[in-house]
This record gives sequence, structure tokens and C-alpha cells, in this order.
Amino acid sequence: MPAAPGQCQLDAAQMAEAIERLALDILRGLRPDETFVLVGIRSRGLPLAERLALALRETSGRPAPVGALDITLYRDDLTEKAGTPIVRPTEIPFTLRDRTVILVDDVLFTGRTIRAALDALLDHGRPNRVALAVLIDRGGRELPIQADFTGRLLEVGDDQRVSVRIQEVDGEDGVFIEGRA
Amino acid sequence: MVAERYTFPHKHLLGIEPLSPRDITAILDQARSFEEVCERPEIKIVPALRKRLIVNLFFENSTRTRNSFEIAQKRLSAEIINFDADTSSLSKGETLVDTAMNLQAMHPDLIVMRHSAPGAHALLARHMQASIVNAGDGAHEHPTQALLDAYTLRKKFGRLDGLKIAIVGDIRHSRVVRSNLWLLTKMGAKVTLVGPPTLLPQDMKATWPGVDFTSDFDAVIPEQDAIMILRIQFERGTGSFIPGQGEYVRFFQLNAGRMKLAKKDVAVLHPGPINRGVEITSDVVDGPNNLILDQVTNGVPVRMAVMYLLSNPHGEAVP
Repeated sequence: MPAAPGQCQLDAAQMAEAIERLALDILRGLRPDETFVLVGIRSRGLPLAERLALALRETSGRPAPVGALDITLYRDDLTEKAGTPIVRPTEIPFTLRDRTVILVDDVLFTGRTIRAALDALLDHGRPNRVALAVLIDRGGRELPIQADFTGRLLEVGDDQRVSVRIQEVDGEDGVFIEGRA
Repeated sequence: MVAERYTFPHKHLLGIEPLSPRDITAILDQARSFEEVCERPEIKIVPALRKRLIVNLFFENSTRTRNSFEIAQKRLSAEIINFDADTSSLSKGETLVDTAMNLQAMHPDLIVMRHSAPGAHALLARHMQASIVNAGDGAHEHPTQALLDAYTLRKKFGRLDGLKIAIVGDIRHSRVVRSNLWLLTKMGAKVTLVGPPTLLPQDMKATWPGVDFTSDFDAVIPEQDAIMILRIQFERGTGSFIPGQGEYVRFFQLNAGRMKLAKKDVAVLHPGPINRGVEITSDVVDGPNNLILDQVTNGVPVRMAVMYLLSNPHGEAVP
């Protein structure tokens, strides 16, 4: 396992605790009669959504189905990125109609990913409501988009990068800040 | 994961020959994502090629290939211009290069071309900044057909490596065969070419040494995982290479009798259009083994994948 570069903000235990608290916040924000689903933005939003779903099921006993959204085809910066990434399938094996969708991502920064995710999501159906849950809000918004549920707020410089590492993708859990403040 | 770092290195799709196995896998994997788009319950369109201009330049008739490309382009939100040779200046004597220069002057992003001359696409590529997709050039290549065939086979069998595939019919005049030979041999499939001796050019053995050639269709049927039937192309002069349709039917038609020799789950493919009762009988076309309409369905996501990957090249263009 390669050593994670940068300064550790949350270790594995703190990250697990943040996810637990995020799940409780989501439960408090839902009406008892509200049918909800989770949709994780690939790549790291998806395992995060799965962990939140697990916590939600254990705490509330309510079903918490999880879908996966790949937003590459909806990005507004396609031509600015080097090379064409291979897009993985979006998997939303349930209807969004009359549902509340909890959209899940690891880091909220400019808001452009969420803008693209909303476009992608609405092409799959018309949910009653979409709420956004993120593990880290690092500020730096370029669009008028805010999270409904936030695990941690981090004060981060413009040139710094917040890196969420997650077992299923990176082989370890933790939140790191890379680059100088 | 290595797959995460891979980026498609080509600017044009002139044929399967220049592609690596990794490139072919990338196109097929990408197509899987677009298949999901095509199967969505509601909106089957993504904005991936929004504000891109694609020209469809068809110097030969082709309703189904062009429709498939056009549906793929619309599903990617591209802007489309259809340029028909019949109505263009070509009928007034303009050369292909002049046509290309005229098109280039209008700055299209991608050109899909079918032309009767092998190599016409390479010529066009030298005179254009746009990406070129070969939608068929004479008897040379038809790369998107081979890719959709491979996609269809991979979807059924889960792999291409080690599959046994017989391609039956007019091997001599078929661009579908040449693209399929490049693709299937690169991906580790075992290909047997079947047809009358006059339609089995022996010089192809030099290019594809691992491929078997035979005129005894019945003998090779039992071992095949898939049988790809080609149309007898009377308009390309196939008729003068065979004694007659009756004899062709007797030895090479895929019918109920021959299906009894085949594996129970053998896949039957045909690039279309089908001549029912000539190279294949109706009971086989409509039977449980046929993947012919799957091929048509899969053509759209495969062509979406090709145009998407070509539209965003990085670094220097690869000829």
C-alpha cells in the first residue's frame, strides 16, 4: 500500500465516526413517510453511499437502496482534461419517481460535479426531492450549490487539494490535505 | 487499476488493423456504458458531444449503417450534416481531395465516411483536421461492423479469447471479413473461413496465418461457438465467381439441417441485409440461436463509443 501523501485530517476511525454522524443527520432530515434512495457519484461517492446505506438500515430499519452515477458524459470540462476516460455504466436499478434521492459524493469543491450529477440524475427520472450529502465540504464554490448534509467542513487554501481515500477504491480510509496552505 | 489510467490514443478509426487489443477492449468497455444509456427507461440521450459537428459523408448507399451512425450521433447530442454523393458536387466532377478541403473549410469535428475506394479515408485524413471514421471502404475494412460483432459475441460468451468462429460466404469481396479477421485474431479467437474455392483468396493466408480455410462447411460446423453468415453480394459481382445460386445453397446455406450439426447454443450472426432462402433460411433467421437483431441494437452503443473516444484525443494524432 503506498503511503498517503499530505497531511492527515481524519484517520480511519475519525472517518468512520463522520460517516456515522452523517447517516444520523440524514435520518433526522427525512420525514418518516419519505421513501428515499441513495445515489453515489463514481468513484468515491459510491462506496461512501454504500456505507451510509448500511448505517441507515441498521439505525432505522428502513430499506436504503444504492445506485451509482457516472457523470463523465455530463461534465462541462471534457475538452480541458487530457485524454478520454473510459466511462463506467450508471446503475440505477430502481425508479426515481416519487422518491427522495440522497446524492452522495466525497468532496464538495467547485460544485461543477454536482451540477453535472443533477443533469445526469434527472435524465433517469423525476424524483420528488434531491438532497446532497458530502463527507467533506472544502469551500471554493463556483456555482450556487450547497450540501444538505455535511460530514466535515475543512478550511483549505485555493492551491490545496483534499483527498478522501476509501478502502474499496484506495485500499485505506482517511482524509488528507495535499499542497501548501 | 490500469484501466483507470488508459486513454484512447487514436485520432481516426480507419480500420481495425491499427488498433491494439487494449484499444479494442476500451471501445467495447466504453460501449457497455452507452448501452446503459440506450436502455434507459426515460431519456436515452447524453450531452457528451454537445456542440460538436459531425458530417456523414456517404459515397455508397447504406441505409442501415448510416441510420445506426445517425442514431448514435443523436444519442450523443451532436450536430449532424448528411452529405449525399448523389446531390453533391462529386457528380459535377469534383475530386475527393477537393471535397475534403471544402468540408475542412467549414471546420467539422468528425467525419463518418463510406467510400468504394480502399484507402480513401487515409487520403481524407491527410487533408483534414477532423477525426475520420471509416464506415466501409470497398473490400478493405468496415471497422464498426467488426466492433459490434465482437461486442455481441463478448456479451453472449463473456469473452472473445478462445472462441471458435466460422465466417461463411463471399470472403473475397467482404470488408466485414477483413475487419473481423483483424479483430478476432488480435483478441485470440480461432477463425475458420468457409466458402467456395473461388471466393476464398489464398493470399489472405499470408496476412492471417492462424486462420483456417475450408470449402467443407458441414465438417467444421460442430466445433463452432459462432457462425457468421455473409450475404451473397450479387451487386458486387459475386455471381460470376460461383456456378449458380442452387449450388451455393446446397453447400453453404445455413438451414435447419446444418443447425442440427451445430452446438446447441451456437450464435448465428449476419451483418445484413439478409437474403432469406439464399445464404440462410427463415427458420434459422427467426430461430432461438440468432443474434442478428442484437447486432443491430449493439451497433448504436458501439458507434457512440467510437465517436466519443475519437472526439477527445490527446497529444499528437496517431495516423
